[in-house]
Amino acid sequence: MAALDGALQIDPAKCTGCKQCELACSWVQTGTFQPSRSLIRVHVFDEQASYAPYACPQCSEAWCMQACPVNAIDVDQQTGAKVVLDEACIGCKLCVIACPFGTIFYDKQTDRAAKCDLCAGDPACAHACPTGAIAVAGVDPGDWLVSFGESVDSAYRKAVNGEGAR
Amino acid sequence: MSEGRLGGWTGKLLRVDLTRQAIAVEDLNEAWARAYVGGRGVAARYLHAEVDPQVDPLAPENKLIFATGPLTGTNASCGARYMVVTKGPLTGAITTSNSGGRWGPELKFAGYDMIIFEGRSERPVYLWIFDDQVELRPAGHLWGKGVFETEDTLRAETGLPDCAIAAIGPAGENRVLFAAIVNEKFRAAGRSGVGAVMGSKNLKAIAVRGTGAVRVARPEAMMRAQWAMKRDLEAAPLTSEGLPQYGTLALMNVINEHGALPTNNFQLAQFDRAEKISGEELRATRLASNKACFACTIACGRVSRISDEGVGRYAVTTSVHNWKHATEGPEFENAWSLGADCGIDDLDAILKANTLCNDLGMDPISLGATIAAAMELYEKGVIDDSQTGMPLRFGSGEALIAMTERAAFREGFGDDLAEGSKRLADKYHQPDVFMGVKGQEFPAYDPRAIQGMGLGYATSNRGACHLRAYTVSAEIVGIPLQVDPRSVEGKAGLAIAFQNISTAVDATGLCLFLTFGTTLERIRPILAAATGIDLDDAELVRVGERIWNLERVWNMRAGFTAADDTLPKRMLEEAIPSGPAKGEVSRLPEMLPDYYRERGWSAAGEPSAEKLRELGIA
Repeated sequence: MAALDGALQIDPAKCTGCKQCELACSWVQTGTFQPSRSLIRVHVFDEQASYAPYACPQCSEAWCMQACPVNAIDVDQQTGAKVVLDEACIGCKLCVIACPFGTIFYDKQTDRAAKCDLCAGDPACAHACPTGAIAVAGVDPGDWLVSFGESVDSAYRKAVNGEGAR
Repeated sequence: MSEGRLGGWTGKLLRVDLTRQAIAVEDLNEAWARAYVGGRGVAARYLHAEVDPQVDPLAPENKLIFATGPLTGTNASCGARYMVVTKGPLTGAITTSNSGGRWGPELKFAGYDMIIFEGRSERPVYLWIFDDQVELRPAGHLWGKGVFETEDTLRAETGLPDCAIAAIGPAGENRVLFAAIVNEKFRAAGRSGVGAVMGSKNLKAIAVRGTGAVRVARPEAMMRAQWAMKRDLEAAPLTSEGLPQYGTLALMNVINEHGALPTNNFQLAQFDRAEKISGEELRATRLASNKACFACTIACGRVSRISDEGVGRYAVTTSVHNWKHATEGPEFENAWSLGADCGIDDLDAILKANTLCNDLGMDPISLGATIAAAMELYEKGVIDDSQTGMPLRFGSGEALIAMTERAAFREGFGDDLAEGSKRLADKYHQPDVFMGVKGQEFPAYDPRAIQGMGLGYATSNRGACHLRAYTVSAEIVGIPLQVDPRSVEGKAGLAIAFQNISTAVDATGLCLFLTFGTTLERIRPILAAATGIDLDDAELVRVGERIWNLERVWNMRAGFTAADDTLPKRMLEEAIPSGPAKGEVSRLPEMLPDYYRERGWSAAGEPSAEKLRELGIA
């Protein structure tokens, strides 16, 4: 397996299963709290005292990208994240089938594929995590909300008014 | 509900008529949501409007309400809570039993703020909710099963393993008067017998999966306010270190050192082996991980393992739990009731009894305290093996495990235990061994050593309870300020402040533990960002006062009077025999008149017409 680059660094041993990451992720995308549309997921295995947060590892083979028939998945030149281009995506789900990690999702509300894009390099999930179980190298833990305000408000208007759905 | 302006609430509730097997979706009463916020408050308002306070708690005419708050399911730290509101069979008073985990948020994601159950199903059923698909399904195959097996079975048969399940065990089915409702196997709406009400309705479980969104009125303000609160919790010692490292069990040594840890059914106020059942001991020998409820940034939950030698001890026949696997707990209150109050110093016995309480569906506080009362009766020779079937001596883990199982099934002497310690004490003509208020057993703080707790217990609307006025926070821990636990001065005002604020927090859907690390000043902007309604601190406290008075009015119509706002003779007349609080009794009679006056109530404890008008209570 090739080296991973520019991905979330997840330490399951620090996870408490609180799902603040799922809440933050859905908030960034929709301005609402909707874990079912989060692109990071936490699986809780109680009797084994084990928590498994997982999100796209941004693998270099990027089978999702190779499988896409309309070139709707591209590499963000700044972060290395593989990102879905909403305008190009036709909702065919070939990427979902191709991904060996199960970390690219089909969103039936938008009829498009959805995956972690590392929030342009400053992931909300990492900020929301109370135990430091999610990290990205080089990210400043300062007032990260500045960069989100406008995009979240527009996402929220879309969610409330139903804009953007096909 | 008005479109677009308000958030937090979904604006919808489910009404389930079990008699007719009919389900309706209703709009949430917006005026009540504004006045009572949610959870404990709005549910109490519905109960007040719809249920005769004189009703038999286990009759079909009683209603069972599951209510979230506007912050449940949002990202607000610790916004995981739901409240079960009904007339409690243990007390005959309104009860409000709170639980965390992720059941409440899942109900919100499915699109509902509340569920009101009414009537009684002819046959066992469970309620299945998957977004807008809501149906009653047969539960005959689940009846008789424990909570754990019920959860596992429902996860498999619904085909949605991510669903959240709240269920009763055999104790609820058998109407044990302190039966609990348990979600995710280890989170419980524990007290006052809410599980028995559920059992009386032939309702085994509620399984819910929600994929929708909880919308808030001001998304960016919401995230900013939560960010500030999360940082508070990361900075405060109790919420950043004490609770994550030791859980609530951090209190065992602290309360014991103050000579306020009731031992052997309150005959003593210090347990000489408390260290063996402390949070420090659990962490050193048995803790596998800590665990958070949904959206919680504290994570006080304990995932624990029984010691290798403990696995083979104390034969258990009624649970499917594999004792080599991890279990959860114990919380401080449970480790006290199943431990110190029964004179037991073995964490393995406590962990097994606590796990049994979760699987069989019982409140460990009332169960442990009832077994402790029985142990006192046994040691005093009032009862013997011919009734109990085995020796019931303080310190016996074997007796604890056996009595826990028998109580859930009302088997042998378990039938007496299942009635709670008040009825047990009355049956054997020893009313003074009952340690509680309004029929409900005390939690883990001796009110003789912590005067404010005595007033809080006596005036609690759901019987003895630590969560209604946790003055321990000020009297022992020093939050928000240190006051003298032995003094009665100012305790009326202290108890009232704690009652009002705790009630307001309960109404939001947040966890009370937040108040160990943050203040109303942080909570208020979160509530405002979520709901779109700006309340100042005084208005938020006023919400708590409104709910408190409504509960009081309802209880008085149920037949309670000032005579019920009292403590057992042992607390009022028998001094603590040893330890740091030696010689103390509860000075409740000195505090109660002040409390009534400062509440705006008559000397007979009745809210005045003027007070009720001021609060907008009809």
